[in-house]
Amino acid sequence: MTTRYTKDHEWVKVEGDVATIGITDHAQQQLGDVVFVELPEVGTVVEKGGDMAVVESVKAASEVYAPISGKIVAANQAIVDEPGSVNLGAEGDAWFCKIEASDLSELDELMSRADYDAFVATLD
Amino acid sequence: MPDTIKTTPLNGLHRELGARMVPFAGWDMPVQYSTGILTEHLHTRSAAGLFDVSHMGQLLITGPDPAKAIERLVPADIAGLGEGKARYTVLTAEDGGILDDLIITRDAPDRLYVVVNAGGTEADLAHLKAGLEPEHQVAHLADRALLALQGPQAVACVARIVPEVERLGFMESLVTTVQGVEVRVSRLGYTGEDGVELSVPADHAAKFARTLLAMEEVKPIGLGARDSLRLEAGLCLYGHDIDTTTSPVEANLTWTIGKRRREEGGFPGAERILREIAEKPARRLVGLRPEGKAPAREGAEITTTDGTPIGKVTSGGFGPSVGGPIAMGYVAAAQAAPDTAVHILVRGKPLPATVVKLPFTPHRYARRGA
Repeated sequence: MTTRYTKDHEWVKVEGDVATIGITDHAQQQLGDVVFVELPEVGTVVEKGGDMAVVESVKAASEVYAPISGKIVAANQAIVDEPGSVNLGAEGDAWFCKIEASDLSELDELMSRADYDAFVATLD
Repeated sequence: MPDTIKTTPLNGLHRELGARMVPFAGWDMPVQYSTGILTEHLHTRSAAGLFDVSHMGQLLITGPDPAKAIERLVPADIAGLGEGKARYTVLTAEDGGILDDLIITRDAPDRLYVVVNAGGTEADLAHLKAGLEPEHQVAHLADRALLALQGPQAVACVARIVPEVERLGFMESLVTTVQGVEVRVSRLGYTGEDGVELSVPADHAAKFARTLLAMEEVKPIGLGARDSLRLEAGLCLYGHDIDTTTSPVEANLTWTIGKRRREEGGFPGAERILREIAEKPARRLVGLRPEGKAPAREGAEITTTDGTPIGKVTSGGFGPSVGGPIAMGYVAAAQAAPDTAVHILVRGKPLPATVVKLPFTPHRYARRGA
């Protein structure tokens, strides 16, 4: 079981061919208070880099892009009901959705934790 | 970020307080502090929030009867304003559009104190100089800072250092001396709450801010919460809800146009503005409550429930005190009545919304006799 990270500040935790997706703690800090989350319906097919979810803070709306291609097999209704939970548990309970990956090799293009932390350190 | 970005006298204090700084209208300003916009917003509504509004332009107009003279540039009754009274108004263009919004205080028969938007300061200075007489002086008080303390406990807090504040009613102002320093206190603001703006010399601003922040009721508030507070209060933001393409009548600012001015005219754009008052404008700025939780942001298209475009959202987001999404936007007159059902296109999907009366949260100003 490995967790990989994207430059769009998402984490991707892989178990078998199912990846759980969320946003990083850095992302929730940058967003500020989250007030709205929109998730894809189960069964939706997403493509790497395509629109997957929307997260909105008091300040602004942000798209969450699919970090890998595949089919949505679960969406976390708890963060839709309680958007503020994204601020409390971005890298824990407040996952966004699960994708059944269509091409696991796409994961190789994502960053390790160490690489992600180094990437964040280069920002502002 | 341009290297010419301007800083207020409180820049160091903002950083010390852990603010996230952003460029705003050419200024390096705090958008939020460590607790975040929601907490800051709710704190202002329940206690007292301190805002650095030093980026706004503070002007002093002196000369013979400047209150009468400035009426050539604004549709408000300024000549009829008592000494020490302030009024919200707009600089209008010849075509009836809005050049900027501002607050004019009539200090004395020969002196007006004016506060304009940060982004409009240079243009407004030139516009005022050109529109007034050569014997009027228009000075930019660039050596003064402006602090706003807003919220139900704001006046009680300011009274500990400027006791005279308790003599002021809403939209009243006075100049006094505090520890040898000239301070202007005005009972007004832009949050919908009771509160005060303090104009102080730039080199004393940090001291005043620290004195206020040391009070238990007071927390620093950034531009993020300033925006959500003014939106809940139904107050227009220049460049968003009002600009050169919108008239004061369309923007629901008819209340700022005095009775005498409606009879006499004599301000830029009077032809269009008076016609719109008489015949009603073709579109109006309204409050909008989207159903559900999705905020509708600036620029989103507003349609009838059968999809006919009727306008655009000019300000929109989440109202922390309302507990849901709120927006303002222009709609065709036929859809401007409260309770009208409309759609707002959010990410291509029609989101049901209802036209509502503004403000979203009741104003709690300290009006005299109220």
